[in-house]
Amino acid sequence: MNVDVQTVVEVAAYVGGGLAMGFGAVGAAIGEGYTAARANLAISRNPDISGDIFKNMLVGQAVAESASIFALVIAILLLFVDVPVPSVLKAAALLAAGLSMGFGAIGSGVGSGYPGGEACFGIAKQPQIASQLTTNMLIGSAVCQTPAIFSMVVALMLMFIDFGAAPLQPTWAAYLGAGLSMGLAAIGSGYGGGLAAGASCEGISRQPKTAASVTTIMLVGQAVSQTPSIFGLLVSFILMFKSFPESTALSAAMALLAAGICMGFGGIGPGIGNGMAAEGAVRWVARNVEHAGDLMRIMLVGQAVSQSTAIYAMVVSLVLIFVV
Amino acid sequence: MDSILYKEEKMAIEGVEIVKAAAFIGAGLAMGLGAIGPGVGEGMVAAKACEAIGRNPKEAGLLTRTMLVGQAVSESTGIYSLVIALLLLFVV
Repeated sequence: MNVDVQTVVEVAAYVGGGLAMGFGAVGAAIGEGYTAARANLAISRNPDISGDIFKNMLVGQAVAESASIFALVIAILLLFVDVPVPSVLKAAALLAAGLSMGFGAIGSGVGSGYPGGEACFGIAKQPQIASQLTTNMLIGSAVCQTPAIFSMVVALMLMFIDFGAAPLQPTWAAYLGAGLSMGLAAIGSGYGGGLAAGASCEGISRQPKTAASVTTIMLVGQAVSQTPSIFGLLVSFILMFKSFPESTALSAAMALLAAGICMGFGGIGPGIGNGMAAEGAVRWVARNVEHAGDLMRIMLVGQAVSQSTAIYAMVVSLVLIFVV
Repeated sequence: MDSILYKEEKMAIEGVEIVKAAAFIGAGLAMGLGAIGPGVGEGMVAAKACEAIGRNPKEAGLLTRTMLVGQAVSESTGIYSLVIALLLLFVV
């Protein structure tokens, strides 16, 4: 069988496009389903304002949809990408772009369904603050999209930056590692940010006068939840832009691939955990606003401890890149 | 004769290479997958600690201590993963 380089690049681009859209569709669909389920519950509770709830449901779903639209854009670009100088290295970069975007859209899609659903339910309970709930929902779900946007940025960089004449061995593994690091690490942060945003919509509908404190602690909690995806972005930038000396040794390539896998999987748990901590704190600031300071402190301490395993994963990745 | 010797030598080097490569992949998987559980578990502890302080703010000190001890125990599996990853990288 005779396979030329052009064929290898096309195969990688098509497989990458399929992975980007296939995985990218998982999250948004689940998140929007949750929003719609809560909207149905809300309408059954308060059918008189079904129009307001329906409108809010559609706005919330539209924001949740954006993660999978990013995936669609990357998939279409991969299907029609024009590679002026085909090389096996470019093939690896295109496959990695698909992996980054596909995995990266899962968490943000699921996560941004929660604020949509809770805002719909909140409108049923407190129709007079509907616009306030919609605003809070939009802020929360916009922050949830950040990890998906990071993934899209990494995917676009892998597709369109000309990395010059880097040696095929071991740079191909560095590109695949970069895609996996960003894509997988984005899952936890997107989902965790959604938990915090959902709790804030629920809290504001319970105690509208606590809205300012609730939104503040939601944003702080979400910002900390994003950290694992920022670690993933950092490791993937290092893998993309560090130049590696040519080496035909299998271990040199596998060390770079393992660095990406380590940071990617290692970011999932802390991202979700930080989001859970933020959810608990936001929920209880709404119920007990006098102690918002205590709750903020315990949330940050808890998140810092939960973050530690992401830091271990980053240390192991950096050791794999720079030391071994 | 020479060619056979050469082949054996080459095979031996490849064997070492494969072991090294497997150790790196193993280290990445150990730390990467090992970080998921503690991250989620410690987050749950922190969420419940927030709930408990919200219900009973007078006991904030006691609850913070309990949370940290609980998280430290939950952290242990993450530290096992780190130890195994470092052993795979530097000792094996």
